[in-house]
Amino acid sequence: MKSKSILDKRSFELTISRLCHQLIENHGDFSDTALVGIQPRGIPFAKRISRQLQQILGKNDLVVGNIDVTFSRDDFRRRETPILPKSTKMDFIVEDKKVVLIDDVLFTGRTVRAALDEILCYGRPREVELLVLIDRRFSRHLPIEPNYVGRTIDTIETEKVKVEWEEIEGQDRVLVQKK
Amino acid sequence: MEDQATITDHLSTTHLLGIKQINVADINLIFKTADQFKEILSRSIKKVPSLRDITVANLFFENSTRTRISFELAEKRLGADVVNFSASSSSLKKGETLIDTVNNILAMKVDMVVMRHPKPGSCIFLSRHIDVPIINAGDGAHEHPTQALLDAYSIRERHGSLQGKKVVIVGDILHSRVALSNISCLHKLGAEVMVCGPTTLMPKYIRSLGVKVEHNLRRALEWCDVANMLRIQLERQEIMYFPSLREYAMMYGLTKEILDSLGKKITVMHPGPINRGVEVTSDVADSEASIILDQVENGVAVRMAILYLLAGKIKREE
Repeated sequence: MKSKSILDKRSFELTISRLCHQLIENHGDFSDTALVGIQPRGIPFAKRISRQLQQILGKNDLVVGNIDVTFSRDDFRRRETPILPKSTKMDFIVEDKKVVLIDDVLFTGRTVRAALDEILCYGRPREVELLVLIDRRFSRHLPIEPNYVGRTIDTIETEKVKVEWEEIEGQDRVLVQKK
Repeated sequence: MEDQATITDHLSTTHLLGIKQINVADINLIFKTADQFKEILSRSIKKVPSLRDITVANLFFENSTRTRISFELAEKRLGADVVNFSASSSSLKKGETLIDTVNNILAMKVDMVVMRHPKPGSCIFLSRHIDVPIINAGDGAHEHPTQALLDAYSIRERHGSLQGKKVVIVGDILHSRVALSNISCLHKLGAEVMVCGPTTLMPKYIRSLGVKVEHNLRRALEWCDVANMLRIQLERQEIMYFPSLREYAMMYGLTKEILDSLGKKITVMHPGPINRGVEVTSDVADSEASIILDQVENGVAVRMAILYLLAGKIKREE
């Protein structure tokens, strides 16, 4: 399998730092905001963003959760075996909060659609935004667009975008793999 | 919590007929999935849309309150359409056979069947004649797999794991499908099982199931970590198996005095409905040792997991 690097360690760091500052522009001190990572690969991203935001803002009370979208997916019974759920942790009040959904790659938009459904099960947020590290544009199946984007790339369907994290894979980088 | 080596990504079966027909990996998968459903049940909106294109028929050929409500809630919280059927209002009295009754219901495009039936083996029999998933909600004195799974799940929740735990099942073992399914499920998960009750309520071949047998309640409680107090099923007893309920309660009823005198904490369970003052006294049923209401709560999550995993195997019509 051939793979091409999209973001290396340095550009990865810069991108995350830029995303944090863009978030601060819109969310100020984050007192009304909840950051919610989408299982599974949005979790390390949400952790990284929240850690860096806490450093920049000098506070440690950011509201962070994670959400699993398995039961709201639209492909149940369209696979050989059902997808198994991962954990959801939403131990805060969603009602009237600004929610930032966080995922590593935005592709068809179906996962984000399911995540919107899941969020609404916890209450009515004031607004929901979407932050992604990689936007695979021109591949959407649904009218969903991100508010904050690390890098926009053009890919074809057979390619796979893989985001690797230092805490999981040992280094920060983004690869496009060709089958 | 469970051994990762013994978990799978899908069930090895298309029905849940009994604990006998599933393996440890299946049980661990059901528990892991139920953990997530438990979280869903704590939300303000306790509903997910996974089964919105599935219709489930609850066929209760025998009376049930909590199992039927538990299944119905589980189905509705997964977004399924539900039809209920109870024997008292059915055509069975008009002479229709079980297969005909079920096939008539299936002809109305039903995708899954949950069945309780007074005859042992009826779910296994039905599974040979129809091709939709069947979940056994109790077949005579044979099996009650969802009860055994929710019992084991509740023990796991309190004790972390079932491996090496000592569980005593007290009471009417002879007429109990709960006992049979529980013994099988607990053994598969590595627990030790003892049964305790009067000789008359002990099946003749009980030792062949690999359980310890004890007739003295105190000795059984001193041995165990968990005591599952079964209901005396008077409706299944065609003759008197003990002189009186009062005598049974004196010999095998769990009281606060006995519980406090053990010198250790044990967990008390009961599959319901409780005859307060017979199997357990009120102060035991309402004590901290009791996880009776946790069992009921977990029942919905465990049944949601089973329905979800089995429904995932139903082929879609193209």
